[in-house]
Amino acid sequence: MSGKYDLLSEQGLRLDGRRPHELRRIKCKLGVFEQPDGSAYMEQGNTKVLAAVYGPHQAKGNQTESVINCQYSQATFSTAERKNRPRGDRKSLEFKLYLQQALSAAIKSELYPRSQIDIYVEVLQDDGANYAVALNAATLALIDAGICLNEFIVACTASLSKSNIPLTDISQFEEVSGGPKLTVAALPTAEKIAFLEMSERFHIDHLETVIETAMAGCREIRDILEAAVKEHLLHMGSASDFAKVG
Amino acid sequence: MSTNAAIDLALDRVDWRDLAAQTEEQPRVYTPGEVLMPEAGFMRGHGTFVEDENIKSSVAGVIQKVNKLISVRPLKSRYVGEIGDVVVARVSEVQQKRWRVDTNSRLDSILLLSSVNLPGGELRRRSAEDEQMMRRYLDEGDLISAEVQNIFEEGSLSLYTRSLKYGKLSQGILVKVFPALVKRRKMHFHNLPCGASVILGNNGYIWISPTKGQEEEGGEGGFAQNLNEHVPRADREVIARLRNSILALAKCKLMIYDTSIQYAYEESLRYEAHELLQQNAIYDIGQQTQARLRDADE
Repeated sequence: MSGKYDLLSEQGLRLDGRRPHELRRIKCKLGVFEQPDGSAYMEQGNTKVLAAVYGPHQAKGNQTESVINCQYSQATFSTAERKNRPRGDRKSLEFKLYLQQALSAAIKSELYPRSQIDIYVEVLQDDGANYAVALNAATLALIDAGICLNEFIVACTASLSKSNIPLTDISQFEEVSGGPKLTVAALPTAEKIAFLEMSERFHIDHLETVIETAMAGCREIRDILEAAVKEHLLHMGSASDFAKVG
Repeated sequence: MSTNAAIDLALDRVDWRDLAAQTEEQPRVYTPGEVLMPEAGFMRGHGTFVEDENIKSSVAGVIQKVNKLISVRPLKSRYVGEIGDVVVARVSEVQQKRWRVDTNSRLDSILLLSSVNLPGGELRRRSAEDEQMMRRYLDEGDLISAEVQNIFEEGSLSLYTRSLKYGKLSQGILVKVFPALVKRRKMHFHNLPCGASVILGNNGYIWISPTKGQEEEGGEGGFAQNLNEHVPRADREVIARLRNSILALAKCKLMIYDTSIQYAYEESLRYEAHELLQQNAIYDIGQQTQARLRDADE
């Protein structure tokens, strides 16, 4: 496409020095708050997200199904230009529905009738792929809260460079440079896609390649999250020798 | 003039993971979606599901095998009731013929009017007059200790007060911890030698109160509240220190039961009660208590 800034140099490196298939550095932490039932903090590159889960608790009203209530918010200082409205604008309402849709695919709702699960996600710093990092943080918070899931649900973004090479985990600059942005939320072990969103145009011949690139990113992120969960659990349980001491 | 606040710099941060450092063997930890074992010959328990002829984990935790029953126990979750559990609960609503009670479980629990002791242990059928007096027995916000009598099909709990030992709670302090940290034991009412009484609710609510005298034992079942009674300062300091010690144990992810509470209290005597809120003191109490528990275990 003419006029598009080339996201990939001739040597095959991106602007931040990554190769096309490489993720940004991921750092995550479970149990960051004591008041919620589950909480998690996640960094993917410079994108920083906090997630908290309350519940399952009694749902208001007389509904017989389980309710998943998501709240997405971006701090006013999260972007270069100060946001006037951290929540309630059209974009955060849209992200809230997207999160709800993706998490409904992973949570075993049949185990929680007449219950409500509240998930609050706050983006502290925005450097691209906000939805993907928010969903990954929400997954970690749900696992921290002990809520039954089918498996990890993880999200990843992908793009296409000027020379039609797929890129994984695009940053904010790559997002605003006019390249297409494809977001996939997937259950990696089952190879199922729970959510798919795309902006900008590219030829349909490249669609399968870009989706597969995002799915590969999801599998890699899932392994990183699983390692973090196992490490957290070993530290939590080892303090009391997994309830053997005493 | 002493300082009123303690602000920790990031470089002074306590590394809580050191408490987990000295452990010989570590069990296998499973994450959601991980295959536990094939379905043939095994039964599925809590925290698992069956898919593609495999038993898979649905929570992150440690596997438990009881003969052919496979279950996974998460290290942190809401309270899942069992019949016979002692719980400390807070009344959230007064309805007709029953109270709605918050027990930190998935749904609100129910305390029926017919399940409560009448004042003085009087035994008779409940009448319409008792229904009108319900709010005078237990109002919204009151704390009670009770036992789980039944678990309804949709998962809510039915509580009852089996004897005059249970009932409305009077003066004291409530501490909330995660239910998985409270050890499952027979005795949940403890009179500690330091001069306070503790009710360890299985739902993670812990009630600390001054010990009643002998003449008040087996009294009114909580219907005669002793709010006019003045608790001496020494007893109040013991209760405050106990509260901070229990929170220190919870912060360090140690199991909470009478022995660990007693050890933590003894280790906390070298600090002032307000110093127990600082991270270094919490870590020190947790470490010393853990060492004493492991010594007693060997």
